[in-house]
Amino acid sequence: MKEVNISDLERKFEERIAAEIRIEPNDWMPENYRKTLIRQISQHAHSEIVGQLPEGNWVTRAPNLRRKAVLLAKIQDEAGHGLYLYSAVETLGADREETIDDLHTGKAKYSSIFNYPTLTWADIGMVGWLVDGAAIMNQVPLCRTSYGPYARAMVRVCKEESFHQRQGFEIVTTLAQGTAEQKAMAQDALNRWWWPALMMFGPSDAESKHTEQSMRWKIKRHTNDELRQMFVNATVPQAELIGLKVPDDNLTYNEEKGGYDFSDIDWDEFWQVVNGHGICNKERIEARKKAKEEGIWVREAALAYAEKRAARRKQAS
Amino acid sequence: MTKPKALFEYLIRHADDTMILGQRLSELCGHGPILEEDIALTNIALDLIGQATELYEYAAQVENKGRTANDLAFLRLEREYKNVLLVEQKNGDFGKTIVRQFLFDNFQLLNYTQLLNSSDAQISAIAEKSLKEVKYHLKHSSEWVIRLGDGTEESHQRVQESVDDLMRFVEELFFQNEVNELLQEDRLIGDCEEFKQQFYKNVNNVLTEATLTIPEIKYHQKGGRKGIHSEHMGFLLAEMQYMQRTYPGMEW
Amino acid sequence: MSNKEWPLWEVFIRSKQGLSHKHAGSLRAADAEMAINNARDVYTRRSEGISIWVIESNKIVASDPDDADALFEPSNSKVYRHPTFYTVPDGVGHM
Repeated sequence: MKEVNISDLERKFEERIAAEIRIEPNDWMPENYRKTLIRQISQHAHSEIVGQLPEGNWVTRAPNLRRKAVLLAKIQDEAGHGLYLYSAVETLGADREETIDDLHTGKAKYSSIFNYPTLTWADIGMVGWLVDGAAIMNQVPLCRTSYGPYARAMVRVCKEESFHQRQGFEIVTTLAQGTAEQKAMAQDALNRWWWPALMMFGPSDAESKHTEQSMRWKIKRHTNDELRQMFVNATVPQAELIGLKVPDDNLTYNEEKGGYDFSDIDWDEFWQVVNGHGICNKERIEARKKAKEEGIWVREAALAYAEKRAARRKQAS
Repeated sequence: MTKPKALFEYLIRHADDTMILGQRLSELCGHGPILEEDIALTNIALDLIGQATELYEYAAQVENKGRTANDLAFLRLEREYKNVLLVEQKNGDFGKTIVRQFLFDNFQLLNYTQLLNSSDAQISAIAEKSLKEVKYHLKHSSEWVIRLGDGTEESHQRVQESVDDLMRFVEELFFQNEVNELLQEDRLIGDCEEFKQQFYKNVNNVLTEATLTIPEIKYHQKGGRKGIHSEHMGFLLAEMQYMQRTYPGMEW
Repeated sequence: MSNKEWPLWEVFIRSKQGLSHKHAGSLRAADAEMAINNARDVYTRRSEGISIWVIESNKIVASDPDDADALFEPSNSKVYRHPTFYTVPDGVGHM
């Protein structure tokens, strides 16, 4: 009897997905759908939070008042985006602090791009232009993802992200049009960030273990390779416009497919960094752990005070 | 001393206060102990850097030597920075960051309120805009002082230690010399002695609610307004000025 | 103990005078003041609001999705509640 019920629910669920009806927190959903979402959304949230660190590395050294304010506002947005996404995770019955603990123990992943170091001011430009650019490619389709709270969080995120890429491109453009030293700084940064940015779209479709199911459930709307191609097509002309060279000798425009052909990605490097052996993996997690540990007494104090005050108010009334 | 020189000096003092505190808070960006507070402190940092920008811009205009707001913010020598010692003190734990902010917010609130009456339209405009921001900063920091002071035994002890440590820098907020006297003649600024009592009363009210006490201070620390800083300042500036010093004269 | 969390709050924002408060999202805070402050910093960084409501998430009573048919389907058949149900002669203008 119960079997019939479950398959009935599953059928109804699949019908809603097919009809593009959003799934909401209290609706019945297959356990795997829930797990996939928790994994993906918390990974996304962690990426926003860890993503603050490479940029935070330059906020105290930003070259002028305007850049400092913009960078602060941008990093603050990342924290906000992390919060929106953790909220979405919590609607699935997952606990924010537990998902954060999973990040700290290495059980949960975050975007590998943030394990690359930001070495010069030009890197901050690249993070905005390329990293946020790639993130936007990924995120815009997620505004239509099948899970309501995730889709709504992404609508907010995308709206706010729109200035991030522009400010990055503005930084890079200023450098590309600046002194020889500045132009070299920009080119060097592009050389270092181009390939990691392409890796952000994840393993190739043939290797991606989650893509197929996620596409069927309309959690994902495009495959990794499709998004990567879209990104290359959009970004190469931008580099040309400001006189920077994309570090790929095989880059050619393919009329037939209406997009660029490009070299194979160094997947060994990709897996090395994903598996925790990038230059900054350890520092990034240490920094987040430290922040959490230093907050314990503060969280406890605020809670103790709230309880005390509630008790006092009760007594008074 | 001429009046424009005095005005320049006065603007620089307060621009440096907000700039250096903004710089300190920005160190925490991405490292705050609680995600929501990370966002709140960054907001405050942004407000302070915004205030600094307006004050530097006006100072540059008053000086009229072709220096820009950025030149003033990033290209002076340590001895030329005139911020109070309080704002350059290290962040410490969250409690110390909050107490430093709380003391500064209290001063800013009363000072900007007084500056609303400035005979200089630009100063009163800056004061009016900043005051809205400062009211929120003070609400935020006061609430936290109370939570931490009246929270757990550990938080009480930690935050009391921060109060004990930072109170010695408070008197310097009220530093005045011939610069102030000159500007007071034309009512460009007020006499901060007038609100000093109110300041201590306000601070004391919140600390009392927080079950904290103001320590007896025998020796007040001052020097910042004359450009004589604590040892922390050089490192802070080395970081803040890194780009401008390494790549002189470039646009970013 | 270290993982004892602050309560979850739901945030509602009025974006401008004349509009009702709309659910914006949720956040964690130890008390109501903090929830308001955090809501301001998290959800109105771009002047999205002029008024904020917060309420602890566990204080919200929600309808059960399993009851959705019983609760909401009956009204689908009551088309006479909508003005387009009625025909009025041409030339009557706006009504």
